[in-house]
Amino acid sequence: MSASVAEIPVESRVHYLNVDYGIKSWLFTTDHKRIALLYLGSITLMFFIGGIAALMMRLNLLEPNGAIVNPETYNKLFSMHGIVMVWFFLVPSIPATLGNFLVPLMIGARDVAFPKLNLLSWYIFIIGACFTLYAVISGGVDTGWTFYTPLSSLYLTTHVLAAASGIFITGFSSILTGLNFIVTIHRMRAPGLTWFRLPLFIWSLYATSVIFVLATPVLATTLMLVGLERVFHAGFFDPRLGGDPILFEHLFWFYSHPAVYIMILPAMGVISELITAFSKKRIFGYKAIAYSSMAIALVGFFVWGHHMFVSGQSAYAGLIFSALSFAVAIPSSVKVFNWTATLYKGSISYDAPMLYALGFIGLFTMGGLTGLFLASMAVDVHVHDTYFVIAHFHYIMVGGAVMGYLGGIHFWWPKITGRLYPDVWARLAAVTIFLGFNLTFFPQYILGYLGMPRRFAMYPPEFQALNVLSTAGASILGIGYFIPFIYLLWSIRYGPVAPANPWGAKGLEWERAPSPPPKENFEEIPVVTEGAYMYGNPESYNV
Amino acid sequence: MTPSLSGILLQGGFNLRPASASTMAPDVDHLYFILTGISIFFSVLIFGLILYFMIKYRKRSDAIPPPTRMSIPLEVTWIVIPVLICAFLFVRASAVFVHYQDPPSGSLEIFVVGKQWMWHIQHSEGPREINQLHIPIGVPIKLTMTSQDVIHDFFVPAFRQKMDVVPGRYTTEWFQATQLGTYHFFCSQYCGTSHSGMIGWVTVMKPEDYAGWLRSNATPESSAVAGRRLFSQFGCEGCHAPDGAGKGPSLTGIFGKTAALENGETRTVDEGFIRQMIVNPASLPVSNYPQIMPTFSGQLDEEQIMQLVAYIKSLGGTEGSK
Amino acid sequence: MSDNVAAGGPDINLPAHRHPHPGLHSHFETMEQQREAGTLGIWVFLATEILFFGGLFACYVEMRAIHYQGFQVGSHLLERNFGAAMTFILLASSFTMAMAVHSARTGSRRLLVVFLVLTIVLGAAFLGIKFTEYGQKWHEHLVPGFNFQPTSEQLKGAPAGNVEMFLCFYFFMTGLHALHMIIGIGILTVMTILGLKGRINADRYSYIEVSGLYWHFVDIIWIYLFPLLYLVGGR
Repeated sequence: MSASVAEIPVESRVHYLNVDYGIKSWLFTTDHKRIALLYLGSITLMFFIGGIAALMMRLNLLEPNGAIVNPETYNKLFSMHGIVMVWFFLVPSIPATLGNFLVPLMIGARDVAFPKLNLLSWYIFIIGACFTLYAVISGGVDTGWTFYTPLSSLYLTTHVLAAASGIFITGFSSILTGLNFIVTIHRMRAPGLTWFRLPLFIWSLYATSVIFVLATPVLATTLMLVGLERVFHAGFFDPRLGGDPILFEHLFWFYSHPAVYIMILPAMGVISELITAFSKKRIFGYKAIAYSSMAIALVGFFVWGHHMFVSGQSAYAGLIFSALSFAVAIPSSVKVFNWTATLYKGSISYDAPMLYALGFIGLFTMGGLTGLFLASMAVDVHVHDTYFVIAHFHYIMVGGAVMGYLGGIHFWWPKITGRLYPDVWARLAAVTIFLGFNLTFFPQYILGYLGMPRRFAMYPPEFQALNVLSTAGASILGIGYFIPFIYLLWSIRYGPVAPANPWGAKGLEWERAPSPPPKENFEEIPVVTEGAYMYGNPESYNV
Repeated sequence: MTPSLSGILLQGGFNLRPASASTMAPDVDHLYFILTGISIFFSVLIFGLILYFMIKYRKRSDAIPPPTRMSIPLEVTWIVIPVLICAFLFVRASAVFVHYQDPPSGSLEIFVVGKQWMWHIQHSEGPREINQLHIPIGVPIKLTMTSQDVIHDFFVPAFRQKMDVVPGRYTTEWFQATQLGTYHFFCSQYCGTSHSGMIGWVTVMKPEDYAGWLRSNATPESSAVAGRRLFSQFGCEGCHAPDGAGKGPSLTGIFGKTAALENGETRTVDEGFIRQMIVNPASLPVSNYPQIMPTFSGQLDEEQIMQLVAYIKSLGGTEGSK
Repeated sequence: MSDNVAAGGPDINLPAHRHPHPGLHSHFETMEQQREAGTLGIWVFLATEILFFGGLFACYVEMRAIHYQGFQVGSHLLERNFGAAMTFILLASSFTMAMAVHSARTGSRRLLVVFLVLTIVLGAAFLGIKFTEYGQKWHEHLVPGFNFQPTSEQLKGAPAGNVEMFLCFYFFMTGLHALHMIIGIGILTVMTILGLKGRINADRYSYIEVSGLYWHFVDIIWIYLFPLLYLVGGR
């Protein structure tokens, strides 16, 4: 199964982790694998910060009048939760960690096209994170992650500029990562690796990178305009000075809707890898999945107005956005059907990565279907800005993207660290997360339809039962997230040494590089002669 | 102290949707049921298939299974069927939306001003309320709303209706109540510290009770009369003489007419037009009139502007504007 | 051709690969791959810049449509002659930049340095005029947020707030453009030094090509800014 890699014990072999020691070798590295780990550490820290905010929010919502914090603090908590989770965890999660580590390995290259830019993008991320953390520590920001004007530009007295600057700066980190991936995938594929032989993870990162590069600059512009408004009272968004608050909404959502596809497309790419590896089957409908990633990226730029159906936007514009929002659901459903079909007559193992992948498909399906509710204008009028929307996007972001991220981490962990983790704990954590997640967020669909608005620090007492259920789920979910943190760290030192290809998976990173890989990835650049996921008897591939 | 879970569940009953108290609510709920049905169907299908395949095709040996033949007809089927379902949903949902888009003519008009963190409601007959809205049953109610500061949203779950309340312009929403009772309304656009405190009650009454409520909360001036007073107090009649002899047009009968602007555009003289003209006349250069109207921005608050609008409407004109 | 189909691609294990070109970075396989990566990279970067300025242009266009009178008055407060001079200077600098790239390709080091220096000088002249303009606006008390006190002859009946908004756009958009120019001049200075050291020649000109593309792009942004800001409403 594995090709020509000598199985030298990892202790006596030189690889990217032990080729150099010392803090300077990490902080000045240009090795994409080490940069991926730098990102991994940073975003894990940000995840815990965002998670603590969430925990405090859910605890507060145990009581109708707020159980632990006052409304001002609660407003800061949900704002920080959104800002940190969206920009400092979800957006970079898969692309900057798994993507940085795997893109060169999967395409048979020695590094990304611009390794120094890659390191720069991490530093930019850290600087942006520092600005945002400053905003947190110095009292928090209460704009909501959506920064609507004129509230954020004129009325709030919290550290809006610091938070906006942090996000602005980190945006450039995304742009550089996207730029790097696009050039790398176009120009550095190994001989024989044509576009339609690429792993689907690469396709999904390519689509994501297109969005990074085209959408993020508009966010930068929008935040700059808010900054100008705050400092110089320019009047772009202030009606008293002739400005238009709705203009902000258009500019903001023009970025932020494609941004949600930035958050989900890489996870979909991971799922394609996991489903094939753990059912030992070629993916069903390779081209359909590849094209659907590009279609989602493209159509995703034209649906932003579905966040603005009740903003005072014209009904005609609303109808167009509604139609396009239905359209963008189709490529996602194509993927779900193709993944499910891949399982048919496979040889399915229940390792932790596969449990995450299967959970993803179910939860993403549920979250995506509730997107149809929101695309339906008449229903959206009722559920806009209620807990229904919160439930919808958490099903996709948490039930989808985070589970895809965790599945990917568990899948590629042996490749990244050269160690195996205890499978029993991993599967237990996956199941705990799945159950805790559903208990947290399913009640929120009901809460939303009942009319509980989002961003409410206090609520009418008849909503309490569902809130309590949701908080109970959140505690279980929190425990579920904590468990992998423990055993993954443990495995780095005490886990059994991993072979080059513990899962028996196809792919250049598994078949042509040891675990962990050497600094230059491959002794010799591989020459590719077959497509992706070619499990089984080659002669049977005349289908 | 966290109350016991079972205690809470037994107390509040367990509803899946709010009261259905407007003409629109049953249509929205109907759509919601269709969507829920489709969602349950596909969720069960996918979860079911996954579970079934997981068990039936679980790994039994190290043998690699043969690949499944690619099937274009299958791909096409599962593109076409979702497209048809989405088209169906789009048409149904848009139809409901468009049907309830415009308030019927003859709607009872009520003005709403949202500000951090309370709602001022102004009935045209004069009575005012704070964080309360009394309305008669069976009559279409049109709310004309604006904000004095940031964006808010007036949301009545029982009516399945909401609309953002935006500073600098008027937005409208309408509903017709079908059930007596009191129902929550909430601000549902985050607006700062007491966003979750910016809530109140809609009280739906029988028409005769509503009339009685109006009488017992009567104010010396109706909105239109207050507007008349402001019209003279701020010198408007100097230019807008009723006979048209002043520098500006007479406003008698002007409401609902079409105004031609110097750049060739035409606009309907509706509530929003009048407000914009008062606050930023330079942005509406009407043809055939000198552009000398001063701005009253900062001199009149939103409620006073609404009173002026009510006055101008009372001078007659055609209805049928949004 | 970098698609390298297995049958027809370059054999990367040939001796040429064992003795790489001195300018080849270790993660690339061939100079051609490196050059193509650099070119694609700068084009993708320029796409991000288009979206970046594009958002600003969209905002400007909407505000101008709503507040045409104020924006017209604001535009007339700008010196059209200065704007025209700056446009001409930038166009000339794009020409000298193109000549610099051409000189690199044809291997004439002296001409490369001459044209680079000319481009830098023209860029500096542009910035000189721009900052003179800013200074003039400061003297006229027309800088929003700092000393904006227009006289009524200047306002010509337009609302002061709208004129101020126009000037906000003016300062912000031209300031952002000027920042890109300053960065560009920095890049060109580095290129000049590399050129003097002989590190740019007929075999290794991708750096100068990339710089050239950046410079042309900054020029194009100005070509849009000039009419949008300086030529509102005719006279």
